[in-house]
Amino acid sequence: MKSYWWKFLGAAIVAYTVIAGLLGEVPALPILHESIRNVYFHVPMWFAMLLMYLISVVYSIKYLGSGKPEDDFIAVESVNVGLIFCLFGLLSGMLWANITWGDPWPNDPKLNSSAIASLMYLAYVVLRNALDEEQKRGKISAIYNVFAFPIMIVLLFILPRLTDSLHPGNGGNPGFSGYDMTGSMKWVFRPAALGWMLIGCWIMTLRYRIRKLEYHTDEQSN
Amino acid sequence: MSFLEQVRYLVYKEMLLEWRSKYAFNSILLYVISTVFVCYQAFRSVDGVVWNALFWIILLFASINAISKSFVQESRGRQLYYYTLASPNAIILSKIIYNIVLMLVLSLIALFVYSVIFRNPLGDPFLYLVSVVLGSISFATVFTMISGISAKANNNGTLMAILSFPVIIPLLIVLIKLSKNAMDGLDRSVSYDEIFVLLAINAIVISVSLLLFPYIWRD
Repeated sequence: MKSYWWKFLGAAIVAYTVIAGLLGEVPALPILHESIRNVYFHVPMWFAMLLMYLISVVYSIKYLGSGKPEDDFIAVESVNVGLIFCLFGLLSGMLWANITWGDPWPNDPKLNSSAIASLMYLAYVVLRNALDEEQKRGKISAIYNVFAFPIMIVLLFILPRLTDSLHPGNGGNPGFSGYDMTGSMKWVFRPAALGWMLIGCWIMTLRYRIRKLEYHTDEQSN
Repeated sequence: MSFLEQVRYLVYKEMLLEWRSKYAFNSILLYVISTVFVCYQAFRSVDGVVWNALFWIILLFASINAISKSFVQESRGRQLYYYTLASPNAIILSKIIYNIVLMLVLSLIALFVYSVIFRNPLGDPFLYLVSVVLGSISFATVFTMISGISAKANNNGTLMAILSFPVIIPLLIVLIKLSKNAMDGLDRSVSYDEIFVLLAINAIVISVSLLLFPYIWRD
């Protein structure tokens, strides 16, 4: 109970935000209407994805220093989980865009940037498959991961701000600080972001432990 | 030998090797000119947006071809010899400098040939030149590091493209925007943002390369 309380916390928060997000009060706004509830699900996906990529780059740096295979496992599983969150973020965003902007894929810089960023991390996965030798694979892919991370940050946070975008916070649109989220919405949105981050960490640790077990059984059978 | 001296000698060595064979330079030059000619024959006349996009696509593939060679043309034994002589940072920095020079010469020739064969009015030629210079520097810095990575991964050409394209796309977006501003002859103050972003990305890429290359090199 001591060490895994946060898993219960994450599950409870996500359950709470699903219920409160679908039943709670939201302001009646033109265009958005009830689809504003998607903000509780679409935005936290990206927060969780960023956290996963951040964990991955931290462990890649650690792996370059330590050379322990465990660090490499955490790095690769974080990227895998981050890619899943990216996929769900794109899907929920496409559903939302279809309703509010009338097109599942409007030519929006933020959409294109996130698609390119996911290509970058898919390239990381391909690079891992291209290398057979274990230590070399860990090292080379860690180097690529660290190299790609700052470019990803530029892509997602700097480029969309230079151009006009439909998303809030870009091209003169108000961002989250100036967001007129009502008080009751804030109390769903903020926990939702935290909850999905915790769930992401949970999935990542599970996958990491499976990978570690496989690694050790492989070593014993050899 | 001090660090700067090492870099100077290594750049000199790269240039000397290139000067003796002239293989990379001539082949890429031929590649650029023939691609320009194919595009000219295929399109005859195009509007500004397509003209600009075509130019950057030609430059992109030319630079991938030119730079992907930078770590494979030397044998493993010789690389080991360098390892005993120079620091890894001096090696990557000299490769980056050499590739920047190579790309600058190539892209300026390409721009000249392209605009002579394929006439298109430029609103602000100087700013367009600046964007080409910044573009060739960016291609050189990004591709040098990626070619180092893919050279360690048995160096197949596909891997180089897969690894480098997502990384270069953000730069390419900014470059195309900057050069479009130059074509339309917009006021230069409009483009300061783009120039600043390009310089910042290049600074980040070079410093990350310097930090990471020692890990690739130590094998």
